[in-house]
Amino acid sequence: MMRWLLSDSVRLGRIGRALGALTLIAVLTLVNQKPPVVEGLDPWFLRLSIALALTALIAANIRALGLLPRAAQIWAVWVELFLGLMAFFWSFDLSFAFIARKIGFLITQGVAMTLYISALSILIATAIALVGAVAKLSRNGVIYGLASFYTSLFRGLPLLMQIYIIYLGLPQVGYVIGAVPAGVMALSLCYGAYMTEIFRAGIEGIPRGQTEGATALGLSPAQSMVLVILPQAMRIIIPPTGNQFIAMLKDSSLVSVVGVWELMYLARTQGQTEFRHIEMLITASMIYWLLSIGLEYAQGRIEARFGRAHVR
Amino acid sequence: MSADPLVTLTDVRKSFGAFVALSDITLTVARGERVVICGPSGSGKSTLIRCINGLEPYQEGRITVGGRLLGLEDDLVRREVGMVFQSFNLFPHLTILGNCMLAPEWVQGKSRAEAEATARRYLDRVGILDQAGKYPAQLSGGQQQRVAIARALCMAPRLMLFDEPTSALDPEMVKEVLDVMTDLAREGMTMICVTHEMGFAQAVADRVVFMDRGRIVEEAPPAAFFSAPQSPRAQEFLAQLLH
Repeated sequence: MMRWLLSDSVRLGRIGRALGALTLIAVLTLVNQKPPVVEGLDPWFLRLSIALALTALIAANIRALGLLPRAAQIWAVWVELFLGLMAFFWSFDLSFAFIARKIGFLITQGVAMTLYISALSILIATAIALVGAVAKLSRNGVIYGLASFYTSLFRGLPLLMQIYIIYLGLPQVGYVIGAVPAGVMALSLCYGAYMTEIFRAGIEGIPRGQTEGATALGLSPAQSMVLVILPQAMRIIIPPTGNQFIAMLKDSSLVSVVGVWELMYLARTQGQTEFRHIEMLITASMIYWLLSIGLEYAQGRIEARFGRAHVR
Repeated sequence: MSADPLVTLTDVRKSFGAFVALSDITLTVARGERVVICGPSGSGKSTLIRCINGLEPYQEGRITVGGRLLGLEDDLVRREVGMVFQSFNLFPHLTILGNCMLAPEWVQGKSRAEAEATARRYLDRVGILDQAGKYPAQLSGGQQQRVAIARALCMAPRLMLFDEPTSALDPEMVKEVLDVMTDLAREGMTMICVTHEMGFAQAVADRVVFMDRGRIVEEAPPAAFFSAPQSPRAQEFLAQLLH
């Protein structure tokens, strides 16, 4: 039996597809939470019919996609999934008039503040990471101790907690701090700790011979780092740093808890006035997504630039 | 010994933890002298040469180059001492020209134009000027090592250290590097070379230093060393080389 099954890959493929289709039908039948009610028809019969129709649609779709070249397949999958997502949002019966009325303010105030906080924080975090990475590679125990305590603490506490502690805690010791500086400080310190590890790994990834070559030529340790090691480490550092920036863009929404008028805060408060929460949350989500796509694109361009010298 | 020493090592001792890498090293190299250091692997040849420009610290004794003490004036020594490594250690993110201009610009404070003129002169000397705009990865091993030599020469060193410069090369590329080194020796450069190229040692060296287990076992002119080595270890080593 097994031999017969395995003897013919075409036959095996058919059996696999049939099993897949049956599984899909079963799953779709069971998970359908809101089957339409039609008088005189068994609800389970309706569920099964819908599942069959959907499975046929999916099978036809997969077959059609198989005929396309790779690039077109990628586009088609994106468009289909995007339409599916839009259909999901459509099911909320959103008020587009409300969104149109508020979106201008969401962008001019919310997006501007979100980008301002994120960009400032990533700049400070990068500076912290550079110093932190060099400190973590130091042979001096005091310096290493300081750096490792810093990364351990700020990677170990939830970012939300750090925001509260800085905003509410610093006034206790006499420093009254605004909501925006507190948010930037928390984001910078937290992401600086993560990026310290990224930078350290990037610097350590460069062979020791590079430092020795630079040292033998008479370059100082600082010159070796800036002129020889870091430009090479950038190739290793940039991809994960890009990810950190994208993550920070969204984590900046946590700053809304201390009342900064960024995208998340506005999405919550603007929706409240007319009980249109979901409109604002979905709109803000889509804006975050768009911003992330923009950053991903920028990241790709920068990576290509730094990879240049290594093309043979 | 010459009356005009450039490099002196006096009772140098170095250890990595419990392992003694160098002991009782006393050696003088005169201005214009060519010294080849050889010996079995693990004998301390590379460690010794790396101590002379401060890449490795040493624990006892003293090393001076041009009267400057290693361990105290390393920065000043490195400006006057060029080093060529087994693994080239070219900077992959810079062009050949960029590799040669970096130290003259940043360490000697030359202008861009000056540094470029110097770089082009030495790249021409090692026969690689036509590759100046390429990146190291685009060159063969032999070409890369010649660039490394040119890069060191751009600093106008008084002493050149070679740490097994041909050991990482394919056999057909060894000659082009040795030729450059031979030319350099003929022009009167003071050189200390760790190498297994006995032909080069015989043709170029004024003196061969044989090391074993962190000590200098024998020092002799190449003719004497290769025809009649005194110590049993050197005899054994040379016998193995012949096979």
